[in-house]
Amino acid sequence: MTEASGGGAEAAPHASGEGVGGSAAPDREGGWTTAVRDRLTRRLSIDELLPTRQPAYVGSWVYVFGVVTIAALVWVVASGTVLALMGSAWWHTSSLGHFFNSIHFWSVQMFFIFMVLHLWGQYWGAGWRDGRAKTWMVGVVIFLFSIVTAFTGYLVQQNFDSQWIAVNAKDAVNSTGLGGFFNVLNFGQMYGLHVMLLPIGVTLLVVIHILQVRSRGVVRPIDDPYVPDAAPGSASGGRAR
Amino acid sequence: MNQPAPYFHWGFILISLPNLVLIIVMLALFVAALVAPFPHGGGRHRADDDD
Repeated sequence: MTEASGGGAEAAPHASGEGVGGSAAPDREGGWTTAVRDRLTRRLSIDELLPTRQPAYVGSWVYVFGVVTIAALVWVVASGTVLALMGSAWWHTSSLGHFFNSIHFWSVQMFFIFMVLHLWGQYWGAGWRDGRAKTWMVGVVIFLFSIVTAFTGYLVQQNFDSQWIAVNAKDAVNSTGLGGFFNVLNFGQMYGLHVMLLPIGVTLLVVIHILQVRSRGVVRPIDDPYVPDAAPGSASGGRAR
Repeated sequence: MNQPAPYFHWGFILISLPNLVLIIVMLALFVAALVAPFPHGGGRHRADDDD
């Protein structure tokens, strides 16, 4: 009791001392939390995260491919969650299980189709311009993660098809030197990767990708002469934040 | 459905019919997205004022 009160008596001056010191210090304290908060506030204002208007050049169906890919990913994750909850016996034997299995399969097809269409649009539109290189690179990583995720999905169907794929893929993966760790015949490893680690990775990267796109806005068309904020002497102008 | 897909073989190119159809559909979809008119709302303008 005495120690506790003594400790409290000792602790009090520290607390008040911070207050005193704080009054003498600048208004904005340092530290990584402040730096991160300031950076996020500066780069991700709510107006940019949820804009009500877009530039006129965004009025093209090409810009719809990205958001359709996200919509497909939502269906992939939702149907995959149901499949994981119910198990392979359910998705192989019941009509409802077949239905959700098909939803999962076809939403993955849509995800890849529209991701590639989005990739084509950004490639031929040079979407990495004006400070958007990291956005492009994260997109590339999402593509690679998605391929591995889909591959592990083929391996965990729990049917002869998945066994056939796994046995054939074993040689292919061994030839890359990764077979010692990434063992396609290890169902537990493939299932864990497919339903947990890789989906988390893909989803996290997609969130980062969207935030990157929103923080810089949609890149201007290559031949768009409208450059309102071009710095004097700038050859390209445009948003280069 | 439960049989191998037909394959096309031209020189070094070997592709199944479903994959060939898928690629053609994707190319058609991409071209259509480029040329099809996009429905604009009432507020069409150059809103990219780059704050």
